[in-house]
Amino acid sequence: MSVIYVLLAISITVAVAFFAAFVLSVKSGQYDDTYTPSVRMLFEDEVVKDKKESTLNNQKSNKNTTTNQ
Amino acid sequence: MTDTTCYHCGDACGKNGVHFDDKNFCCNGCKTVYEIFTSNGLATYYEIEAKAGTTPNEVRKKYDFLDNQEIVGQLVEFNEDGVQVVSLSIPSIHCSSCIWVLENLNKLHSAITVSQVDFPKKTIRVTYRTQDFSLKALVLLLGSIGYEPYISLEEFNKKDKKVDRSLIYKLGVAGFAFGNVMLLSFPEYFEVQEYWLDQYKVVFRWLMFAFSLPVVFYAGQDYFISAYKGLRSKLLNIDVPIALGILTLFLRSTADIIFDLGSGFFDSLTGLVFFLLLGKFFQQKTYAYLSFERDYKSYFPIAVTRLTKSGEEENVQVYHIDKGDRILIRSHEIIPVDCILIKGNAEIDYSFVTGESEAVFRESGEKLFAGGKQIGDVLEVEVLKSVSQSYLTQLWGNAVFAKDKSSHFQNITDSIGKRFTIAVLSIATLATVYWLAVDPTLALNVFTSVLIIACPCAIALAAPFTLGNMLRIFGKYKFYLKNTNVIERLAKIDTAIFDKTGTLTTNQKDTICYEGLELTEAETALLKTTLRASNHPLSRSLYDILKSNAIMTLDEFQEHTGKGIEGKANAHTIKVGSAAYVGEEQSTSMTNTAVYVSSDENVKGRFVFKNTYREGIDDVFEALGTEYGLGILSGDNDGERNRLEELVPKTTSMLFNQKPEDKLEYIKKLQEEHKVLMVGDGLNDAGALAQSDVGLAVSENINVFSPACDGILDASNMNLLPRFLRLSKNAMQVIKMSFILSLCYNIVGLYFAVTGQLQPVIAAILMPLSSISIVVFTTIATNFLEKKLKN
Repeated sequence: MSVIYVLLAISITVAVAFFAAFVLSVKSGQYDDTYTPSVRMLFEDEVVKDKKESTLNNQKSNKNTTTNQ
Repeated sequence: MTDTTCYHCGDACGKNGVHFDDKNFCCNGCKTVYEIFTSNGLATYYEIEAKAGTTPNEVRKKYDFLDNQEIVGQLVEFNEDGVQVVSLSIPSIHCSSCIWVLENLNKLHSAITVSQVDFPKKTIRVTYRTQDFSLKALVLLLGSIGYEPYISLEEFNKKDKKVDRSLIYKLGVAGFAFGNVMLLSFPEYFEVQEYWLDQYKVVFRWLMFAFSLPVVFYAGQDYFISAYKGLRSKLLNIDVPIALGILTLFLRSTADIIFDLGSGFFDSLTGLVFFLLLGKFFQQKTYAYLSFERDYKSYFPIAVTRLTKSGEEENVQVYHIDKGDRILIRSHEIIPVDCILIKGNAEIDYSFVTGESEAVFRESGEKLFAGGKQIGDVLEVEVLKSVSQSYLTQLWGNAVFAKDKSSHFQNITDSIGKRFTIAVLSIATLATVYWLAVDPTLALNVFTSVLIIACPCAIALAAPFTLGNMLRIFGKYKFYLKNTNVIERLAKIDTAIFDKTGTLTTNQKDTICYEGLELTEAETALLKTTLRASNHPLSRSLYDILKSNAIMTLDEFQEHTGKGIEGKANAHTIKVGSAAYVGEEQSTSMTNTAVYVSSDENVKGRFVFKNTYREGIDDVFEALGTEYGLGILSGDNDGERNRLEELVPKTTSMLFNQKPEDKLEYIKKLQEEHKVLMVGDGLNDAGALAQSDVGLAVSENINVFSPACDGILDASNMNLLPRFLRLSKNAMQVIKMSFILSLCYNIVGLYFAVTGQLQPVIAAILMPLSSISIVVFTTIATNFLEKKLKN
């Protein structure tokens, strides 16, 4: 049954590793702004589109305009 | 064209609409932004959220002070090797399109490398190369696309504020230890005298001890500090029994495992601290983009243009202006000091100071006060007093602004803390005395068990969860409070005092009525045509109410800035403007803004602009009148007294001609017998707001500024104020009910403790169970209360 020492050591190491990851993520400011990243990840690289295409899209979006804030 | 809306900002296009690229725009500004976006491949802006834009304001020379490197050096966060990093606050950020376009700033200028938006705080952090770019260029670029940053004196003095993340760390530590200790204590819950369990339980126990160390000495340290502070000032706050509980839990458990008496209560200990911190975390809801601490500094510009003796212009920091300096005030700049007008036509909007939105006209030689905003052209003024000595800024020297209201207020949890602590200690002593007589070996066990089980975890959680939830509910209804403490104070209010202008009245629209000789149809038509040519806000609103469709061609039109306008057609002249301009002697009884009209040099009459009271104000007063003492404090003269008396209950006291200090003193006097709620809006109310028990600022646009206060109420929900007050009282009832509920758990626990049967597993079940049921109860109760806000 002395394998329990090994198991305990492993489980605590894993737990401490996760805890360290948590502390680091707080330190780097990941929890300071919890809203903007959720919006940011939905953006794609729309910017590279050439002008013609984007005007087309404009008209499309113009037709089904919804007034959201 | 009138029913179309702007492709960029969604406003009605009206008569000045611009048609461009098959799309309609309300003004040239919006059209320019559209051009900038489309020509730089940023047209997606309009796809993410339709009509998301904001109309750009003209900025031009306003930011010339950013040429001054000393000032720039103070504003930027990082400045080395030709790279600068700056954080700017942009109040107009409001949707995902904003985030998108602001994070793609590098497409608009190659010198910008990174830009990142913090949406809740409404700030943007930009990194750029200074080689062919500058902070000024960045600010102008943002201004040109409708995201004018807001740079004020406050920013300038701001020291690097460290973000306080210690609560998150503590919560992390407690949660981590709680989880691990729970797992490690599990085997002994089902103790069945197994061989291997006996063998290894020492390891398990000492591991739990190790995990509980950081919980007691790091995560729980606030409770010890707070209890110590409370005891030193002879106050038994709720943290005293909590600290006592934590300490007893830790010492008893340690003793238990040392002497092999049992597994200890480490699971309850870590769980207790974790739940307590969770409550603290929940309570900590803040509105990052709203500031409740504003003083004059957030209104004032950082720098102004000073004229040197030789007549050159230079940008100097506001604090460096001395008496006797000549400074320039440009259009839409705020006057930072008391001064005398030397050159130019002053048209000053004192709405920041008084809440009154109608501009006043001043002529050269007259005194201008700090805090006014010039609307007309450039002014040259001579400084009378430095910034800190100006009339408005002196108000902040008053001691009330240094006072922290919440520290002088004993909250509901602390107020029962005293009785609770005494009760627990006496029960523990009685039980110990009894067991000393019956079975002395059990005495210490019982004593510590009572302290452990009576630890008021659930009581300490009731207020944070109830009030934290209420704070969110209020926020949904555009009533933003500084912290949960304000709700408790709000529930104790018995007198409500209101400011008049800007609080009870709205700045958005005026009632205009005509007094004097009736105008003929031809005169009305001429008047309307003349007004049409003017861009002055008063002309605009007058134009909108005049009923005449005959539009004629003017032979001559003249606008005299700061005086009035003149139009000629078919040999008739019409003059509109100030009393002096049309040749009328200013009547002394005039209390409201008025525009005079003369036809062919004969004065015909005047249009009087009256304040409009917000809709439902009479209902608010009626609803409040039954429970609260009411009062109105106004900085204006008593011209509105009669109208007010019709609106409000007869018991309402009314005081007029109140200076900011008078308002403060009045509130102070009332506080001798009452708990006072002050509702105001302008900087002139700032003293009264700070002095009152709860100061609420009413704001038509919460992104623009309101003075230092405890809460900001969106003007559109002003009519809900009586319900907000009632709800605060209801919230306190919910807390009291939770107290009773958690006391029931305590009584059950005490039974086990007093009889000496408290097993760790019982504590480990009771503690989380009581905490969770309190959280569930308060959540359901507050959500039920929310229904009262809906109609």
